[in-house]
Parts: sequence; structure tokens; C-alpha cells
Amino acid sequence: MFTLYMPITPFVFFALFPLYFMVVTSLKTNAELYNVASAPFLIRRGVTFGHYQLLSTETLFWSWFANSLIVSLAATLISVAIGILAAYPLARLRFLGAESFGVAIFITYLVPPSLLFLPLTTVVNRLGLSDSLWALIVTYPTFLVPFCTWLLMGYFRTVPREIEECAMLDGCNRLQTMIRILLPVAIPGVICAALFAFTLSWNEFLYALVFVSPAELKTMTVGVFSELIRGDIYYWGGLMAGACIGSLPIVVAYVFFLDYYVSGLTAGAVK
Amino acid sequence: MQLKTVNGNVAKLAVSGEAPPRRLTDVLVSDTSVAYTFVAPAFLLLLFLVAYPFVLSVWFSLSDARVGETGSFVGLDNFRRLLGSGIFLQVLQNSIVFTAAALTLKTVFGMALALLLFRVTRFKRLIRGAVLLPFIVPTALSTLVWWWMFEPLYSVVNWTLKSLHVVNHDIPWLPDPYLAMLTVIVVNTWRGLPFFAITLFAGLVAIPREMYEAAESDGAGPAGRFWHITVPLLTPVLAVVILFSAIFTLADFNIVYVLTKGGPMNMTHLFATYSFALGLQSGQIGQGAAVSLFLFPILLAVVFSQLRLVRRAATYE
Repeated sequence: MFTLYMPITPFVFFALFPLYFMVVTSLKTNAELYNVASAPFLIRRGVTFGHYQLLSTETLFWSWFANSLIVSLAATLISVAIGILAAYPLARLRFLGAESFGVAIFITYLVPPSLLFLPLTTVVNRLGLSDSLWALIVTYPTFLVPFCTWLLMGYFRTVPREIEECAMLDGCNRLQTMIRILLPVAIPGVICAALFAFTLSWNEFLYALVFVSPAELKTMTVGVFSELIRGDIYYWGGLMAGACIGSLPIVVAYVFFLDYYVSGLTAGAVK
Repeated sequence: MQLKTVNGNVAKLAVSGEAPPRRLTDVLVSDTSVAYTFVAPAFLLLLFLVAYPFVLSVWFSLSDARVGETGSFVGLDNFRRLLGSGIFLQVLQNSIVFTAAALTLKTVFGMALALLLFRVTRFKRLIRGAVLLPFIVPTALSTLVWWWMFEPLYSVVNWTLKSLHVVNHDIPWLPDPYLAMLTVIVVNTWRGLPFFAITLFAGLVAIPREMYEAAESDGAGPAGRFWHITVPLLTPVLAVVILFSAIFTLADFNIVYVLTKGGPMNMTHLFATYSFALGLQSGQIGQGAAVSLFLFPILLAVVFSQLRLVRRAATYE
């Protein structure tokens, strides 16, 4: 017992301390924050919500929050829909090019955004989408669709063919079979894909930094980073408050759907 | 279900008087067209927003394109100039050091954590949830708190070290080139460790218990069991995890950009951040594209070995 929980403690501490420190910093008064003598781990001189207030009133924080929400929901919806459609034939049907398309999906799944952001900037400009949320809604599916397709392919393969064949004998076509028979059974996979797609969109930083520059159109991650740091002046309390609220939706989703996150995380590597 | 099937057959018999019965080839043809229709949206997306940008990127890297100018063909000039530039060689070296160190740390500690998680019985969900958290939180935001933790004047790390009398002066974590690299590696490890631990943990769970029991009855100790059962059976999972992480560690942008912006003196620049600095900040799109394309051969190598691993696993089954 002792030999097990002793060594695991440093790992848990390492994982959680920065997040704990984020919350503590966001609730401290500036006087205590910038006092070199006081212990940084605790709040001794009272909790303040001043940093959160400042964030709400002096910055476009809630616009960034709304932008992140709009972009993430739209990109997730689009990507899961396209992913379901693509995963079904790849898992079930034989067609010419199926294998090469599967490999293509796998390769794009591994393409890091930092490989393509320069040419994508040009593409986004030519489409007339730069400096609008559409730039993100259109480009996020480039990494979400391969992920969703790959994950759902695995789930669809675990569903026995027979239940679909019955439906087809009853006169359902492929689309009806997929929607009425396969999807209800594969709901856990769809939820998992949607959760991950939402998380990846919400956390995305590079594309959001490059494609959208007006302050009021920025997403959470970019807004907090670039608008709260002005020159050499850092509003650490405000920065940490922004980081806390910016992480909150993901942490809440995570607490409710822990098992889905674990299965999605391992699906990419183990399946 | 049985009843329904019978009804369906009756219905088919009823219409067969008017239309000829569907032949096997008809079914196959219609299935193929269904397949292509379903796959089309994903295919078009990959074609226009992944394949086309990639071709564009190759063209940029062979041209002297700048922001707002299409540029003209210059052959391999960009690559030649990069390989002759001290900064780029530094970026190359940084990338190797960063990736090798972060991957080693994540593999070793990830393995240790997975073994510990495997043995945990009480507070299982709580511990697993806590350990996985750094991977879920937005990296750009969590890196901000690391920045604050290593801030020169108010660093909590320095405060602790000074209070414990380990050091008697502030350590310049981010202004010092070598310490900055160390910091960036630590943050990358913090973020990536959960992925290693949880995936390896899933791999451990999949190893049949009988193997261990058999080895134990043959007199193998804990170390023997680890090296002769756990390690060989976990190797495929470990390989996939390392390969997968190798790409995303090498291509890391968020952590370096937020913490150091590639500095001090380009000592923490990686391909992604340097490509960003060249291509967008100084407008040399051609050079920037050439830098980011250095990721591509590594990507291909990883894809190739992953596919081979997957195929080999498939033939074993």
C-alpha cells in the first residue's frame, strides 16, 4: 500500500500543481501577488474576484469565449457528420480505392498543423475567409475529420454486420440502415468523436493565431495570450483568470465523460 | 426480427412481378456508388484543404514568394540557403535535442506511471483523472501558468528553491538559453506524459494474466517478469506511442511560442516556430515553407513504420 501510493504522489503533484497554482494566482490580490516575501502557494490576504471582474469589463473576454464556442461547435458538427459518412463505407463496403483512401486518412491524421499553416493562410485569403470565424470553421475539419473517421471506423467494425443485413432485407437502403441501425448502436463512438473534436477545436492555437487578427474575433486561447500581454506589462492575475475560465468548459466535459476521453485517447494508438 | 424479415420477403415477392429481381452485380454497383457518395465530402476536404496546400507549400519552398507576391521559381535555393545558415543549423540541433529529451522523459516516466496506475486499487478513477488532466487543458493556456511559475522575479520555483536553501539567488530560467531549453522540455513532458501513461496502461491491461502466473510458477521474480513478459508484449504499443508522439513533439508550436518565442538567441526555436517567424513575421514565405517541409520526411518515416507495425499486428491475429 505504502510502496504504491508513495511513488504515485509525485506524479499526481506534478500533474496538478500548475493547475492549482493557476487557480490560486487568479484569486490573489495584486498586493499579495507581487510581494516577494509572501509564500506563493497560499492565499493569506483574502480572496479577490477582481481579476475576473477586470477580465469581464476591460477586455473582450466574453467575445473570445463566444467565438471559441461557435467555432468549436460548428467545426465539431461538420467534422463528426463528414467522419460518420466516410467511416461507414471504409468499415463496411468494398470499393475500388478503399485501402488507399484509408491510408490517406491515416496520413492526414498524423499531419501536424504546423506543417501546413503557411499555405493554408494563402488558401484562406483566396477564399476571402481571413479575419472571420469561417476561416477556422473551414480549416479545423482538416485535422478533425481524419481523427473522427479513424475513431469511428474502429467503432463501426465492432458492430456485427448481421443486424444491418436484417434491416436491408426489410428494404432499408444504406443511408437508412446507417442512420437507424448502426448509429444508435455506435452512439458511444459518436460521443467520443464529438468530445475529442470539440476539445481539439477549443484548444487549437496556431490556426486561430494566424488566420484571425481583429481582437473582437479572436478565440479564447489566442485572446487571453495576445490581448492580455501588452508590451512588457503582464497582468498575471488576469492572465491566470482567463486561463482558468478558458479551461473550464473542457475540464467540466472531462469530469463528466472521463471514460470516453480515456477510450478516445487510446484508440489512436492501440486500435 | 424474424417476423419482420418474413414480411420483407413477402413485400419483395409482391413487387417482383413488376421489376426484375436485383442481381448480385446490381447490389455491388449500387454499393460502390453509395461508398463513393459517402466518402466524397471527406475526400474533397482532404483534396482542397490538405493535399492542395501541401502542393502549394512545396511550390513556395521552391520559390522566392513573399507576403503578397507570388514569387518566381528559384529551385533548391531556399534549402541551400537554410543549410548554410547558422540559425537554421541551430534550429535543427534544438529540434533534435528537444525531441530526444522529451521523448525519453515521457517514455521512462510514462512507463513508470503506467505500471503504478495498473496496481492502484483505491481511488482508481480519481488518480487516473488527475493524471490525465494536463493533456486535456488547452496547452496555450496551461503554458501561461508555467511561464508565471518561471517568471524571473516572482517564480514560485525559485521561491521554493531559495526557501529550502538549495540556491541563494534567483535562477534565470527563461533568459538563459540552456535553462530555457530545459524548461520547454519539462513543459512538453508535463503535457505529453498522460498520453504515454494512459496508452501504456491500456496496453498493460491487455496482457493476459495467465502469462504472469505461469512465469511466477516457473520462479520468475518481479524484474524477470517485467523484462521477459511486460516489455516484449508491450513493445508494439510502446512503438506506436513513441512514433505518434515523435511527430507531435517535433512539430510543437504552442509551448515554445508562448514560453520563449524561440529565444533567447534562437536557442529554443523549433521547425514550427522558426517557420512562423520567417514566413509570417518577416514575410519570407518561401523560406518559411522550406523550414516546415523539413517535418515532412520525418512524418513519412513515421507513417511508414506505423503502417508496417499495424500490418504486422494484423497478420499475427
